[in-house]
Amino acid sequence: MTAFLRAYARNKGAVAGALILALVILTAAAAGTVFPYSPWDMQSAPFMPPAETDLWLGSDALGRDVAAGIAYGARVSLLVGAVSTVAALAIGVTLGAVAGYAGGWVDDLLMRFTEFFQTIPSFILAVVLVAIFKPDIVSIVAAIAIVSWPPVTRVVRAEFLSLRAREFVQAAEVLGFSRPAIVFREILPNALSPIIVLASLMVASAVLLEAALSFLGLGDPNLMSWGFMIGSGRSVMRIAWWMSVFPGLAIFLTVLALNLVGEGLNDALNPRVSHRR
Amino acid sequence: MDAGRLLKFLGQRLAKAVVVVFAIVVVNFLLIHAAPGDPASVIAGESGMADQKFVEQLRHQFGLDKPLPEQLWIYVSSVAQGDLGFSHRQQRPVSALILERLPATLLLTLTAFAFAIVTGVLMGVLAARRVGTLADTLVTVLALTFYATPLFWVGLMLVLVFSVWLDWLPGFGMSTVDAHYTGLAAAWDTAHYLVLPALTLGLFYTAVYARLTRAAMLEVADQDFVKTARAKGASETRILWRHVLRNALLPIVTFAGLQAGQLVGGSILVETVFAWPGIGRLAFDALLARDYSLLLGVFFMTSVLVIAFNLATDLLYLVVDPRVEA
Repeated sequence: MTAFLRAYARNKGAVAGALILALVILTAAAAGTVFPYSPWDMQSAPFMPPAETDLWLGSDALGRDVAAGIAYGARVSLLVGAVSTVAALAIGVTLGAVAGYAGGWVDDLLMRFTEFFQTIPSFILAVVLVAIFKPDIVSIVAAIAIVSWPPVTRVVRAEFLSLRAREFVQAAEVLGFSRPAIVFREILPNALSPIIVLASLMVASAVLLEAALSFLGLGDPNLMSWGFMIGSGRSVMRIAWWMSVFPGLAIFLTVLALNLVGEGLNDALNPRVSHRR
Repeated sequence: MDAGRLLKFLGQRLAKAVVVVFAIVVVNFLLIHAAPGDPASVIAGESGMADQKFVEQLRHQFGLDKPLPEQLWIYVSSVAQGDLGFSHRQQRPVSALILERLPATLLLTLTAFAFAIVTGVLMGVLAARRVGTLADTLVTVLALTFYATPLFWVGLMLVLVFSVWLDWLPGFGMSTVDAHYTGLAAAWDTAHYLVLPALTLGLFYTAVYARLTRAAMLEVADQDFVKTARAKGASETRILWRHVLRNALLPIVTFAGLQAGQLVGGSILVETVFAWPGIGRLAFDALLARDYSLLLGVFFMTSVLVIAFNLATDLLYLVVDPRVEA
């Protein structure tokens, strides 16, 4: 563990990323305490520039507090990012493990299926899915998971293909372990590091995807989100630039932090590859 | 590669493309059925005649009372004839609406793609040539930045700076409405409108291609044929451009093909921000009007566009790397 932390800390960007991410998580957790009112409630006159009143980041077209919106929006972004990544991992790991372990025509079929999902424009598919199944947090998470599992399948399959021929797996087979036991207890723990790295990058792209969906008006109508805020600030940019600038910065910092953390994890978990940097 | 093998290669790729298109048609069909309100109730609603008998009659007319496999067959054969359904909101066939918007989207995406590949490869070469220097760090930082910035937000910020504050470039639409330019003047006018959206869509891919080029160049630079070239006394510049970059281009071409879907998907956001009258903007309007047949038509059309793009990449691969075999 200390060796892991030392390897991680060698990448300065990754440390900065972890700090920013901690800050975002803290903001999400403290939203209710710092802003003890709904982000949908009117707090001042509309279109107040930042710091003109006691609202640091100004107010929007309906007098809502932009800072409160960003704090509550952090919850939505992180929640959607995390849950949809877990769901995508569940699909991707299962399919990849089956394809890599079974081989043969099962592998062929599953890989064709994966390729199909990689060919069709994933953002448009996500838009179509959310539009058809009514925009709410469940359909958004489901749509993001459905378009983001293919890379997981590919990575897991490749790991399984190389691991299943190794001696410890053969030993487990000879000892008569059941298939699920071999897959989940023997092979999967050894394939974990590339999956962890991929997962951190997937959370980042899920945050971007959620923002894009809610920017297009496909967000959950009951939840304040960063994409929605930018979308509603768009038409009044001439008079209220802060409405679209600050939520955008929040997205940028969060996604940047997640990407940096992903690179740091990659350096720490796959030391062989990272020396080229 | 001789003509026979070339034909075989093309045949296989085409067959694969046809299978994928068929699968997309099936997915589209299932989504149409999952969408709330079938065409019959939509028409009945639009015409204000919510009479049950009228709806039943319409259902029969559209074949919506037939068993599902038969409906699928009807749908597949109508798509094969170029019929993507009818937009009852706009009172026009979906295919006509999409074809009308296609040129604008192609202009935007291809310009953005060309911009991204040129600037991305140049930046990647620069970074790989001077690993660890300021230029390299700068390229890496720029790439990380564009990786993490939402596309639509970049667009809005460009509009804010160059259109609202500086008033240098137009940030809305595709041409000056009341100017009535023709010929070259019209092209020049549209070029002004193209700058910001193409930049928005392109910058992200510039970052992608820069990172990819840098990695591929470093990978190739260690290989034996580069050492041979150096031992022969070839100049560093010649080695860089003729030997290293040429071989590093392969992963870039592959990746460009794979990214086609994302490029087209990104155009929905960019066209929405800039009111660019392409397929993406059409999809956004369909979204606002909950016009599902039009939305799914766009989904189908963009998927086909991506497959065509992938086929083109396969062909390009043949040109770049003669070792590729079917």
